Amino acid sequence: MSQITPNVAETPVRALITKIGFDGHDRGSRIVAAYLRDAGMEVIYTPPWQEIDSVVQLALQEDVDLIGISSLATDHLIVPDLMNALREAGLGEIEVFIGGIIPEQERPMLIEAGLGGIFGPGSTREDIVECAQRLATSARRKKEQAFERRL
Amino acid sequence: MSTPLEEVNVQPIDAAETKWKDDYTKQIGENDRVIKNMSGIEVEPLYVPDNIMDTELYLEKSGYPGQFPYTRGIYSTMHRGRTWTQRQLVGLGTPSDYNKRVKTMLDMGANAISLLPCNSGFRGVDCDTVPLPLLGTCGTVVNTVDHMETCLDQVPIDQISAAMNDPAPFTLFAFMLNVAKRRGIGWDKLTGTSNQSDYISHFVANHMFYRLSLSGSQRLLIDHIEFCREHVPNWNPMSVVGQHMQQTGATLAETIGFTFSSAIQHAEDCIARGMDPDEILPRFTFFFDVTINFFEEVAKFRAARRMWAHIARDRLGAKDPKSWRLKFHAQTSGVDLTAQQPLNNIARTAVQAMAGIFGGLQSMHTDAYDEPFTTPTEKTAKIAVATQNILREEAHLCDVIDPLGGSYYVERMTDQMEEEALSVIEKIDAAGGMFKAVETGLVQTMCGESSMANQELIESGEKKIIGVNCYEDEEEKIEIATTRPDPVAMQKHVDEFKAFKKDRSQKAVNKALDNLTRAANSDNENVFARVVEATDAGVTQGEIIACLREELGFGHPLIIA
Repeated sequence: MSQITPNVAETPVRALITKIGFDGHDRGSRIVAAYLRDAGMEVIYTPPWQEIDSVVQLALQEDVDLIGISSLATDHLIVPDLMNALREAGLGEIEVFIGGIIPEQERPMLIEAGLGGIFGPGSTREDIVECAQRLATSARRKKEQAFERRL
Repeated sequence: MSTPLEEVNVQPIDAAETKWKDDYTKQIGENDRVIKNMSGIEVEPLYVPDNIMDTELYLEKSGYPGQFPYTRGIYSTMHRGRTWTQRQLVGLGTPSDYNKRVKTMLDMGANAISLLPCNSGFRGVDCDTVPLPLLGTCGTVVNTVDHMETCLDQVPIDQISAAMNDPAPFTLFAFMLNVAKRRGIGWDKLTGTSNQSDYISHFVANHMFYRLSLSGSQRLLIDHIEFCREHVPNWNPMSVVGQHMQQTGATLAETIGFTFSSAIQHAEDCIARGMDPDEILPRFTFFFDVTINFFEEVAKFRAARRMWAHIARDRLGAKDPKSWRLKFHAQTSGVDLTAQQPLNNIARTAVQAMAGIFGGLQSMHTDAYDEPFTTPTEKTAKIAVATQNILREEAHLCDVIDPLGGSYYVERMTDQMEEEALSVIEKIDAAGGMFKAVETGLVQTMCGESSMANQELIESGEKKIIGVNCYEDEEEKIEIATTRPDPVAMQKHVDEFKAFKKDRSQKAVNKALDNLTRAANSDNENVFARVVEATDAGVTQGEIIACLREELGFGHPLIIA
């Protein structure tokens, strides 16, 4: 059996943990970054206040499988814009999840935009890591399919 | 223990203690365990008289209220003479929304005001460049003097104290000075605080007001203090913030150490500028978090008062007792509040507030129970104020000064918290002072480690949080309800702002920005004075900050691996 496609399953998952918008409370994003690192992922961590365009650029350059957004002060309201920007940049395979303070009535909008997970206060390390791994597997599968389509 | 009193009296104290220890060990058996407080200090099951009855030592370590070293309180009457200022942080929506809410809070019993700007203001940009959904959700959109005039409409700023939550370049305060000028109120009548003016805390906690470079912020702060000393003599330009350190993860003892290392940095910067410590230190105020770790918080505040008295007198060379007094505002900690079973937060806030009151605070903000998920609604904000009213009026907490003083436990813990905090200050001194210690990331690393340690205690169940890792309500569906500013009103606010910019004198704006640029590049000019002039000329906060960023550098966060 020929092995033309790189065996991506062997390489560690690459996750970008970041914050967009204007809030800077970063205690949560630091802790989630440490959770994923401890689970064996390669974590690219940025300070808060990233522009949507710079997140897209970083995701492209770092070839990430998933993006984790921390939002504590309504910055989730512009996450659908991030999702659109990713798709427009041809990075639709990347999975995105979010953690923080996400009001009930604003969740459907995020799920509709394609978010793979929403974590509120009190979420456990196990749940977050499990979701990240599941999303990474899904992203890898989508990437492989896209690769095969291009062949 | 049920040993009859006469028996205790006939026994020598050592024998009594030995007997108690035996009984305790026998009875507690396997249930005994080591308990450590949040600062890592082991907490004993019982504290007994040590040396606290020695009058000489008592005077040295505690003294009387209003007397050095102020452990028992900075004033001779404390809350029996005057209770604390009820200063509720308010920030939401448009300036009109703020004005309406603040007037309600004053009617409810709050006796001071506090203004929190929109997150876009934290970053120093104006509302016309921000996605509409992000405007006014966490603070008020205030970009000009006109906006501030609306915020403060019918608020007697010459009679009540105001806190402007806005560090370098202090545009909100500059707006307020111009509102006073328009109303014919002398600047000497203004009282209050440039709250959170401590740029170091923002740099460490990385979470708010990140506008200028570290050195640019330092320059602006000292200019601001110098300006106020001359023109706004009853205003407190310096608010040293321990709250950010503790919220980002520092332990309580570390927080005291970091906060005083910052205060030493700011004071020494002022002294280097030629200011006398006794001119500036009486205008230093402190802003702390108060968490649910009840006795540890009380000990923290008692130790802090004693430490500051020594630092101000012995290290900074202040001779005026006014310089030795640690005046502080405390905010009940949002970190302790949970989104699960949110009404429980009312009980948590009451305990936190009690710790602050027994800790001898001068001013307090109590969080609303919906703090974990939204800017408080009017209903929840009223409960937060009522909590303070109940504690003040019903619970007899203010009858006795420093009521926990003399508790064997609290006295011992006060000493231990001081020892811990002093060791932190030594570490910072060894690193070359606070400015250097945050520039290199030492402080951020220490906070990060403590934050992770705390998270691990929660995960392991060692630290119990009701509704989160114990006593969970399996049926509970967490309903995070929230209110958003009216988008129509916000759009109108933005449109009016755009119209304002079109109508103002561009010539005056350009001249003011030229002056600001020149001042920033000169060592002899006061940049804050130019900020005040610029706001008077109609320059917006976004324009001022963009100009100063150009000249003094942008604030780039430090990433700590």
